Amino acid sequence: MPKATPDKAAQTAEYPLTNNAIIAPILGWIIPGAGHIFLKRYVRGLLLLISIFAMFFIGLGMNGRIYKPNGGDILDILGFVGDVGAGGLYFLARIMDWGNALAANAAADYGKTFIIVAGLLNFIAAADAHHIALGKKP
Amino acid sequence: MTIALTHFSAAVVFALFTSIVFGITQKNSTKEQVRYGLYCFAMFVGGVFVAGWLMWLIRR
Repeated sequence: MPKATPDKAAQTAEYPLTNNAIIAPILGWIIPGAGHIFLKRYVRGLLLLISIFAMFFIGLGMNGRIYKPNGGDILDILGFVGDVGAGGLYFLARIMDWGNALAANAAADYGKTFIIVAGLLNFIAAADAHHIALGKKP
Repeated sequence: MTIALTHFSAAVVFALFTSIVFGITQKNSTKEQVRYGLYCFAMFVGGVFVAGWLMWLIRR
């Protein structure tokens, strides 16, 4: 008698894990949009690149803060997780010592949010590149 | 370089870029992506107006 739900082996066979499915999300995390460009989705990749770069740099321009891994406070750790989603942009900002302005105003608070959201959006974009490489999405 | 945006323009810029990413990542066909992106943008900006009016009512 056949099983009502497909087992794990059947699911794996349906969407086999290829090299592209590993490379694309990593590339997309390091350089926003690069995962899609690598998979020949040029327009989508370019739009993602422009959007995430713009959000990150507008955030920095608004004196937004870049979180460091040893923040201590739970909210600082969550901020770091969001920031690090921007991948190469985050590491570039740390190397260049950007995002250290001690500005306590509404614009700086918005800037911080822009940077965190840029990172979170990049996580979504990297996951999307993974799904495209698997064949779950055209 | 410092970028000075008003509260409203910051919200619109945020809505624009976030909607583009949501549209691309959450839907499959190009038509669906454009429609969903526009829907997200309208909801973000609409939410700003609703929140603005609510705050105006609370202040009174």
